[in-house]
Amino acid sequence: MIKIRCDGREISVREGTSVAAALLGEGNLELRRSATGAARGPLCGMGVCMECRVTIDGEAHRLACQTLCVAGMDVKTL
Amino acid sequence: MTPSPDVIIVGAGIVGAACAYELAQAGARVEVLESGIAGGGATAAGMGHLVVLDDNEPELALTKLSVSLWHELAKTLPAAAEFWRCGTLWIAADAVELAGAKAKLDMYTRHGLAAELLDERQLYEAEPQLRAGLAGGLLAANDAVVYAPVATRFLLEQAKARVTRTTVANLDELKSGAVVCATGSLTPALIPELPIRPRKGHLAITDRYPGFARHQLVELGYLQSAHGESGESVAFNVQPRPTGQLLIGSSRQYGVDTASIDAPILSRMLERAFGYMPGLRDCRVVRTWTGFRASTPDKLPLIGKWRGNIYLATGHEGLGVTTSLGTAKILAAEILGRPSPIPPAPYRVERFHD
Amino acid sequence: MKFDLVIIGAGPAGLAAARAAIRAAHRTGQSVAVIDDNPAAGGQIWRGSPQIPLPAEVRFFSQTRVFDLRPGFVVETDSQGSIEASKLILATGARELFLPFPGWTSPGVFGAGGLQALVKSGLPVKGKRVVVAGSGPLLLAVAAALRKEGARVVGVAEQAALGRILPFLRRYPAKWPQALGLRARLLGVRCWNGVWPVRFEGGVVSLSTGKKVSVDYLACGFGLVPNTEAAQLLGCRLDDGFVAVNSRQETTVPGVYCAGEPTGIGGLDKALEEGERAGAAATGQPIVRGRTHSGAFVRDLAAAFQLDARLIDLAEPGTMVCRCEDVTRETLQGYRQWREAKLLTRCGMGPCQGRICGPITNCLFGWTAGSVRPPLVPVAAGRMAKTDT
Repeated sequence: MIKIRCDGREISVREGTSVAAALLGEGNLELRRSATGAARGPLCGMGVCMECRVTIDGEAHRLACQTLCVAGMDVKTL
Repeated sequence: MTPSPDVIIVGAGIVGAACAYELAQAGARVEVLESGIAGGGATAAGMGHLVVLDDNEPELALTKLSVSLWHELAKTLPAAAEFWRCGTLWIAADAVELAGAKAKLDMYTRHGLAAELLDERQLYEAEPQLRAGLAGGLLAANDAVVYAPVATRFLLEQAKARVTRTTVANLDELKSGAVVCATGSLTPALIPELPIRPRKGHLAITDRYPGFARHQLVELGYLQSAHGESGESVAFNVQPRPTGQLLIGSSRQYGVDTASIDAPILSRMLERAFGYMPGLRDCRVVRTWTGFRASTPDKLPLIGKWRGNIYLATGHEGLGVTTSLGTAKILAAEILGRPSPIPPAPYRVERFHD
Repeated sequence: MKFDLVIIGAGPAGLAAARAAIRAAHRTGQSVAVIDDNPAAGGQIWRGSPQIPLPAEVRFFSQTRVFDLRPGFVVETDSQGSIEASKLILATGARELFLPFPGWTSPGVFGAGGLQALVKSGLPVKGKRVVVAGSGPLLLAVAAALRKEGARVVGVAEQAALGRILPFLRRYPAKWPQALGLRARLLGVRCWNGVWPVRFEGGVVSLSTGKKVSVDYLACGFGLVPNTEAAQLLGCRLDDGFVAVNSRQETTVPGVYCAGEPTGIGGLDKALEEGERAGAAATGQPIVRGRTHSGAFVRDLAAAFQLDARLIDLAEPGTMVCRCEDVTRETLQGYRQWREAKLLTRCGMGPCQGRICGPITNCLFGWTAGSVRPPLVPVAAGRMAKTDT
């Protein structure tokens, strides 16, 4: 199990879990806001729809569904 | 049977649309002929930067007139035209360029245009993402940006112009009081004798990084690129879009007629931008595209009568969006026999006749 | 880095191609690399459990996205620099077709393959109520997989009528074991045909029958769209939206091969066959004659799962069509073509680069998206500039 931080909360996930799966698994379905402010979450699960973009370790627009959790990772949504 | 139009305009880019609007305001019945998508040529490819440029008197006169017309039009433009008086921030990389900025400031002041010299500290306050070591800048506060394809549609709608999808092979076949050729880089196909050369440009747009840039940013060396005659050149231009995306330009190439992305010149253009804003390296590019400017030997447009009832409104190089409105005023004045708002001689095609 | 052969995509077609190619490499010393954007090989259908192992001699670039392809060939990647290749095999697979309906952009609505991908990437679904909807053989496979992970699959809604699917099955006895196996794993799960979702709101899926089902997740996809962007960037000819290939999997661009879904949606067996053929052809080996998953199978499959005309009317005027830029259906009404709509409404200008909304506008308005330019995926400007010149 590895620990990552999501919006300031520490969560524990199995190694090999994607950031998207980690966030959804915590019940956090809303990852970002659309161009007009609507809440959005992952759709395609394969890095195409761009709806799972979150900020990881300070870098914006990272695809949560295509990024594996790494110990100590800092994830910010919305 | 519908009466034939008073004016037929060939080309529904922003220049053609502006001419349609101006002539319609004067009561003319206008038809516009377009072979592709209205506002879909260079109008769609460019930055939509509304700027007063001062490389020479005629350019200054035309851009100054046009920018003030844009501010007037902005009062009625729809929100989707995204008109924004963000100002242009001309960047001085060193003391030499800063001296050039001071000269520009004097010119602006003489012409009653709002401008302010920024020292190094003020420059960074205005634009924190600029690299360290720059000398300062000139803020032309009255410059603006606009989303040209929407503005084009607005002008055509206001003109109540009939827009017909067709490709014109021969201007002489058009039956009308006046025919205006506003075909930009496609003009050589219609009038091969005119000294117009297509000049290819590249642009890139990033994902959303709100607040990264706050003004249209241009390096003072931009004019060397625009007015130079070299085969290939790049210059630093960055424009923040209302979405928070960053529009990065600019490049110029002669003698290339494919619209495909030229990776080496795109690289050069991006590297030049990084030289001013290193943080751009980490911004994700979402799209790249190219367009063709209509370039004349002296970089001034061709406005006015060609022969018979055929008029020109073309050859605007990188200033088509800005000077579309001024062009329309000058052209309409000639067609309608009214006084021109500024001396029209510098833009007439006769200047190229030996 | 230089390779004789670079395979783009490590799904079934790419893995089959790699396995075939390596057989020649033992004799000729040809070098082979495989590039995939996922953390491991397997693509979509074999995510987390590839049924063909990557040969040890193959250099595998995982978590690597291709953003440009140039003649010669040069493959520009986001994280592995520029990779040179004498030959290319495009095994880029397919993505789901989404059709808009009120509430489709709500968190909690996923693609069918989308939810499966998330589950395979570690999303627990034990005890979660899920409706699987849309169209295609994928739905049953997803439902079975979800059930295996402990989800409560409340129902599977396939828009195609049984009257279309059964005759198709009858014609392809080789598919019966697969179909029966899936059906067996779904005993006890309600499977509806000729039914689709019409709304998702407050965790409730409304179906076209009037039935309302409360769910934790809605997994909804209406079929597959081939990922042809890489092929288009290279200048390969497309026929009806698919990459045109000959019997040796060669595209119209010399040195570029294509295998699997991009040449026609035909599922796993077709991908394996074509991957094997492309891997052999690209390395100068004899290829197996005869195509069992030929154009006829692709056409019959498409006909069986053809989309009901009523599906394009599900979107209301205020329903989003372009998710990246929040462009609604009514904003798009009246434009005659993709590029015009894009320029004037921003539809397709977002980071998905039209991959989601392009196929939607094709279904709703008959538009076809325009030319493909780099970057194929959003990529850091600094990386884009460092292309070898």
